[in-house]
Amino acid sequence: MLAYTLRRILAAIPVMGVVALFVFLLLRLTPGDPAAIIAGDTATPAQLEAIRTSLGLDKPIPVQFATWIGQLAQGDLGTSLISKTPVTTLIGQRLGPTLSLALITMVLSILIAVPMGVLAAWKHGTLIDSLVMALCVLGFSVPVFVIGYLLIQVFAIQLRWFPVQGFSSIVNGLGPFSQRATLPAFTLASIYVALIARMTRASLLDVLGEDYIRTARAKGVAERKVLFRHALRNCAVPILTVIGTGFALLISGVVVTESVFNIPGLGRLIVDAVLARDYPVIQGLILLTSGIYVLINLLVDLSYSLLDPRIRY
Amino acid sequence: MSDPVTRDPVTPVLAVTDLRVHLPASRIQVLDGISLDILPGETLCLVGESGSGKSVTSLATMGLLPKKALAIAGGSVRLEGEELVGASDARLRALRASRMAMIFQEPMTALNPVMPVGRQIEEVLKTHMHLSARERREKVLAMMEQVHLPNIERVYGSYPHQLSGGQRQRIMIAMALILDPKLLIADEPTTALDVTTQKQILKLIKEMQERMRTSVLFITHDMGVVADIADRVCVMHHGQMVETGAVADILRSPREDYTRRLLSAVPSLTPRPPRPDATREKVLTVSELAKTYAQRSLFGPKRETVAAEEVSFTLGRGRTLGIVGESGSGKSTVARCVMRLIDPTSGSIRLGTQEVSDLSPATLRPFRKRIQMIFQDPYRSLNPRINVGESIAEGPCNFGLPKAQALRRARELMTLVGLPEDAVERFPHQFSGGQRQRIAIARALAMEPDVLVADEAVSALDVSVQAQVLDLLADLQTRLGIAILFITHDLRVAAQICDDVVVMHKGRIVEHGTAEDVLARPRADYTRDLLAAAPGRHWDFANFRPLETAV
Amino acid sequence: MASSSHTDAGALPVARPRYIPNLAHLRFAPTVAGLCLLLIVLMAIFAPLIAPHDPIAMLPAQRLKPPSDTFLLGTDAYGRDLLSRLIYGARISLIVGLGVMVIAIAVGLPLGLLSGYFRTLDAILMRIMDGLMAIPSVLLAIAVVSLSGSSLLTVMIAITIPEVPRVVRLVRSVVLSARNEPYVEAAIAMGTRLPALLARHLMPNTYAPLIVQGTYICASAILTEAILSFLGAGIGTETPSWGNMISEGRMYFQLKPSLIFWPGVLLSICILSVNLIGDAARDLLDPRLKKRTGA
Repeated sequence: MLAYTLRRILAAIPVMGVVALFVFLLLRLTPGDPAAIIAGDTATPAQLEAIRTSLGLDKPIPVQFATWIGQLAQGDLGTSLISKTPVTTLIGQRLGPTLSLALITMVLSILIAVPMGVLAAWKHGTLIDSLVMALCVLGFSVPVFVIGYLLIQVFAIQLRWFPVQGFSSIVNGLGPFSQRATLPAFTLASIYVALIARMTRASLLDVLGEDYIRTARAKGVAERKVLFRHALRNCAVPILTVIGTGFALLISGVVVTESVFNIPGLGRLIVDAVLARDYPVIQGLILLTSGIYVLINLLVDLSYSLLDPRIRY
Repeated sequence: MSDPVTRDPVTPVLAVTDLRVHLPASRIQVLDGISLDILPGETLCLVGESGSGKSVTSLATMGLLPKKALAIAGGSVRLEGEELVGASDARLRALRASRMAMIFQEPMTALNPVMPVGRQIEEVLKTHMHLSARERREKVLAMMEQVHLPNIERVYGSYPHQLSGGQRQRIMIAMALILDPKLLIADEPTTALDVTTQKQILKLIKEMQERMRTSVLFITHDMGVVADIADRVCVMHHGQMVETGAVADILRSPREDYTRRLLSAVPSLTPRPPRPDATREKVLTVSELAKTYAQRSLFGPKRETVAAEEVSFTLGRGRTLGIVGESGSGKSTVARCVMRLIDPTSGSIRLGTQEVSDLSPATLRPFRKRIQMIFQDPYRSLNPRINVGESIAEGPCNFGLPKAQALRRARELMTLVGLPEDAVERFPHQFSGGQRQRIAIARALAMEPDVLVADEAVSALDVSVQAQVLDLLADLQTRLGIAILFITHDLRVAAQICDDVVVMHKGRIVEHGTAEDVLARPRADYTRDLLAAAPGRHWDFANFRPLETAV
Repeated sequence: MASSSHTDAGALPVARPRYIPNLAHLRFAPTVAGLCLLLIVLMAIFAPLIAPHDPIAMLPAQRLKPPSDTFLLGTDAYGRDLLSRLIYGARISLIVGLGVMVIAIAVGLPLGLLSGYFRTLDAILMRIMDGLMAIPSVLLAIAVVSLSGSSLLTVMIAITIPEVPRVVRLVRSVVLSARNEPYVEAAIAMGTRLPALLARHLMPNTYAPLIVQGTYICASAILTEAILSFLGAGIGTETPSWGNMISEGRMYFQLKPSLIFWPGVLLSICILSVNLIGDAARDLLDPRLKKRTGA
């Protein structure tokens, strides 16, 4: 198990390496002068020079890469071109809202989606099944911001149950936090729920056709127990996998949701950085989110052994 | 075979009368008026080829027909007098495992992979009885002891993938019999097992049956198994009953034509008479062949699996060499090495005088046409998107034959393998398994090879089709003088077609000789075990009489 | 191997029940979806003929007007006709959807085929694909657009990059499993050369899954384009696209919700239709794919 863990961690390194290389090359390989791209059309030569020095663009590319990786290894993500603050500081200021929103959404989605998928598989071919499937297709198809504005229109503007926009940190009390986090969390959950529910239903239907399900029935085990004791356990791996890979979708959703609900998190940070072409911040955020994605999928990988004894190391 | 059962008017344990099953959507009949009785302590064998409806009969009895796909259309199924057709789900659940139990063909997939096997047996007790956890565990362990599982405490906590096929089937039997049911339904329970394991499992079923006086409904396609275990036999064909009777009557004097044909198709274990090795020209020489799979690991020790080792044999022009062995014996590895579908680790393979074991893919190519292969699964060995003619013409075209000429040749080959010429215009899905295997043979022959490698080429076929394909191969060999390397697990098939036989066990050759020597006068212990385990070896099916000269 | 000899003996002569399509639900949805999509396509093609006004002409005197006889759905904050902009917006969504689908498959198919066949290349290529897949697609796309400018082409490339690894992985997995099929081994034994082997025996296996995956890519591209525009990192704001309209309407959404309601509805219907057609294609072409796409 230890050897396997080490091996998985080692395997994650080249993945992060590719991410770093891609992010690094993105700016350098874009046609044109990188400094001019960042500074915009109205920049003075002095401004361009300042950007070049600040990003080290005056040095040869391999040297730039080595220096940058060296800084990364020390946890230095560079300095914002606009606010002149270290990127790590900026991230630290904005991490709280995003993290709490993402975690709540994840838990909420799993709690909604798995029972939904189980129900659909159990009632396969009935109206309930079709209804769940229809909800899933809707979740995939309706853009997050459309859902967000729809929820605001109904629950904030018409019914006045929740405030329209804004955010309150969890440290300022659970009441204000849940008041302001409910709508964003449900908005963000829409696509994630669709993803997990579909996978739950599909893998459950698959497992229900297996021979050992017939064996369980031949033993006289009641249908409900067949479903929960035998079938669901065997679906754990695919469901967990989709939770892991779906995290990338969740991050994309966070960016949009934070804009819709005016939440001062990482998503807003990156949108502002993109509009201001603050490249160090963009770079840092891509590295951070990809790192979290890789980490989550590493944990998912490692948990397979707990769920399926056939997976040996 | 066992002591004569009391033929008084006792209530049968299972009485099926005029059972009809159809597909509800299309109303296509799958079972058409099946009737059978099983008396207490009796073994009834339900025999038939694929699609005969024997599994459907057993599932219908258990009430386990796949919902929506199949439904009982009429008739009656009585278990100890109690009607099961139309019984409530709850009642059927209560009867399963307690009064009637079932074991399945594939013990790997029939057990839940993520639950320890002990708990899977225990679940039967949990479902049907009120016992304390301790009592349950003791009862399960006692049952595991009875089915002769080794190391029961350890096996109790094991997962299915950690056990061997035979052990898994023992678990299934323990699970089925722990509540002492009156009826055990066994659906091809030994088909997925090697013959030596099959023998042990059959013995165990017999032993348990005698101890508990269980009635057994045994479903099988294997006449050898029937001859060994049945009290009575019921022959099925296309969802209908063909005939039913005591085992001796059916085997000696079958009344129906179909039964007669079925029995005649069973290959004999008596080896074919030896043929003179006329030319002495060797077309294939394998020496010291070895294949090991190394599993590299960054932290753990390097693990090596030996699939084949020190394998040497020669194959003469026009001769048939059989490689016989159980699963994992390395026989398929050897075949694939010889074909260079995988690269041997060491050793030499010579086609005629040409060494091919170390040729690069490009330099190997010219020699490919001299050796061709037929695969086990007829449903996967033809490209479904290409018509038969194109499939056959592909090889010759690769070696420069003009397309039109290759297609003309394909038509001739169709006649040669006993198919109509216009078959070349059709697609693989329009043919049956046996016909597809004929096409695969034609495709191999199109290359005019010296050697044909047949890897379990008739194993997936029903016994009557199997006989036809074997005849075809023998016929082609006499006409074309082709040499055949025949890989099989089935001693009967080997006895019918092989001049020489190589017996493999755990990657090594344990015996090598003429078919007559190896199969009639085996020297190696393993070969003897293998022959002793061959089901129905005392019976000469094709001549409807026992064999006088038992091995 | 020897042991699985008689697996089809006594097998039930029926398909697995869950693949029998439920006529009642299945036929209806794709038909409606197909009609909706057809309407959107016609709308896009004949936009200049249908649209009552110039979609980019600003009339400062007509800002934020309610629906009237002249402006059927009213006007936006710059006094542009909402309906005309909606009609033209279909063009951008469809071009992006189809374009990304074509480029992603054109790049991903050859890479996947080679990756499935050559082990060394596979090891390297898969690491790169893993890396690309680790970057959240919207972040990757906005980074590309912010650097390369906001033309239609860059937006399409930005959306395509994260889709390519998905195509490569799909094609690779199909090739890997098809490689073990006896008919492929038979072809190797018959001396079939690699290009013919790939084209004749391996590639055709990828068509059905690619058609299905292609429709999902199309839907996802339309969605991502809208998200990029919404975040202000999409095609230039003067271009009428549904995402741009929602982005501009955000400021006024309490004042005039229809500014984001109409493009939102059209966008949702369009993506929904493409997804439903994809589901229908999957059910029709390859039931086994359900597991892979998790539907």
